[in-house]
Amino acid sequence: MIEARNLSFSYFDRKALEDVDLVVKAGEFWGLIGPNGSGKSTLLKCLCGILAPQKGEVLLEGKPLGSYRRREIAQKIAMVPQESAFSLNFTAYEVVLLGRTPYLERMQLERISDHEAVQRAMEKTDCWGLRDRRIWEISGGERQRVVIARALAQTPRVLLLDEPTAHLDIAHQVEVYDLLSALNRKEGLTILAVSHDLNLAGEYCGRLALLEQGRVRAAGGKRDILAPGLLGEVYKQSVSVQDSPVTGEPHVFLVPNKQEIQSREGKSP
Amino acid sequence: MKSRSLVFLWLFALLILASCLSLVVGPTQVSLKDILHPQEAPVLITLRLPRLLLGILAGAVLAMCGGAFQGVLRNPLADPYILGVSSGAACGAAVALALGLGPVLIPVMAVAGAMITLYLVYTLARIGGRLPADTLLLAGVIAGNFFASLLMLVMALSRRELREIVFILLGNLGVVFTSKTLLLFEAMSLAAIACLLVVWWHWRDLNALALGEEVAESLGVAVDSVKKTLFVVCSVAIAGVVALAGSIGFVGFVVPHIARMLLGPNHREVLPASLLLGATLLVLSDILARSIAPMELPVGIVTSLLGVPFFVYLLQKRKRA
Repeated sequence: MIEARNLSFSYFDRKALEDVDLVVKAGEFWGLIGPNGSGKSTLLKCLCGILAPQKGEVLLEGKPLGSYRRREIAQKIAMVPQESAFSLNFTAYEVVLLGRTPYLERMQLERISDHEAVQRAMEKTDCWGLRDRRIWEISGGERQRVVIARALAQTPRVLLLDEPTAHLDIAHQVEVYDLLSALNRKEGLTILAVSHDLNLAGEYCGRLALLEQGRVRAAGGKRDILAPGLLGEVYKQSVSVQDSPVTGEPHVFLVPNKQEIQSREGKSP
Repeated sequence: MKSRSLVFLWLFALLILASCLSLVVGPTQVSLKDILHPQEAPVLITLRLPRLLLGILAGAVLAMCGGAFQGVLRNPLADPYILGVSSGAACGAAVALALGLGPVLIPVMAVAGAMITLYLVYTLARIGGRLPADTLLLAGVIAGNFFASLLMLVMALSRRELREIVFILLGNLGVVFTSKTLLLFEAMSLAAIACLLVVWWHWRDLNALALGEEVAESLGVAVDSVKKTLFVVCSVAIAGVVALAGSIGFVGFVVPHIARMLLGPNHREVLPASLLLGATLLVLSDILARSIAPMELPVGIVTSLLGVPFFVYLLQKRKRA
């Protein structure tokens, strides 16, 4: 579906991505993990054409991204950013309606089919009831559902998300990932989500890519990636991986610094 | 939807009303009937009609470009002068005045000053082919300050032209057109109207930009080319207005806010509503500017005096709602 081939990108003289290869097949749910500054967000922006790589290329359905028009890319790939800063106080409905931009010519008014697509997207994300509310006046969890609805209104084949749950409490984190998981299973939507939360990634994503200093250190099934040795090396932090007693999916436990444990043990009677 | 059309109807009626008032009010007695038979009142054609048209044009350009800048820079504090274009134009006009150039060359020099500023800001702000909003603002403020100081220098060195320069700085619609300057006015009007159409043409792009530049890009909007186009096109229109009417303040900042309070944030409606409201506000301000004091006041003083209380009223009303 979407593929990065030998991708390199630098911000002026700072290298952010180096020779990245990644193949995402249709219908897969990928998690993109890695330490801060490892290039996760940059890779996501290269994949949807916001950033143009200096070397290598992105293939969308087998054809290079550069051979598509910008609007054609927007009809196939939707992006949910890390933080949504709305400079104008649109209603939730107007925000989702902007998701139809890639299908509309300049000065063309939205057609009935566009309004139907908006309603479908808002019903899927359970925010149809918010349609007349102003975007500045709803909570963070509600806003994120509206933003995902805007992305779905693009009726994309691929959904890219940059830490979609970064500012949400645990209930809303689960809500967002449940929604993504349902879209992936029921509609076959291909999803690639950047996540700092290894447990959410382990719980929901089928496949993971682990980035380290702009390179893909490992990519594959989540059990291969969520391995204590590999994570410990990349994050420079020892961890323990256990299966969740509830779902049986791999979960990562943080292991505090050894000296601290020893000193704590020493103090305890 | 119905109430929105009604708002536009009201705005349009208000502009017509203000226009009629502007033609009637003044030292020479003119009745409403004379408007239909202008040949009987020559003052209408020689003085008041050009003044009215200049007012409508300037108000429309300033308000709509202000709205476009606020949208494209994603900053509610932006106004048409934020990129320094008006300082450049005023500086050009002041230099022309100080050199004793004629009434045709003054607006030409003003446009030249604005274009030099535009080029400077554009070159300063561009980083690797992109035009980031923050560097654009910074470059605009720097260029604006530089040309403002240059203008002060011209003012300090000249003596006789001080009053004329003050009128350029504060804005003045009382231009007496000769056949040559009238041609210039017509050319600039046509250019400005074309510019405004281009600005409106981008309404959906401006809406998408409100979601963030990267999101707009992911929606298929060519963000950088939209920014460059609007920046250049608005600056050309603003330069023309400043060259003819001086840098009239406040209209371009406050009117888009009023339009948004009336109609919500959609640029498809905010831009044309700003056009109508800006024209009306400026025409009304001009009527006051030439009738409240024994001598004519610069219209820019009145736009602020009129605009601020109206803005405060709307803000209070919205707070209560």
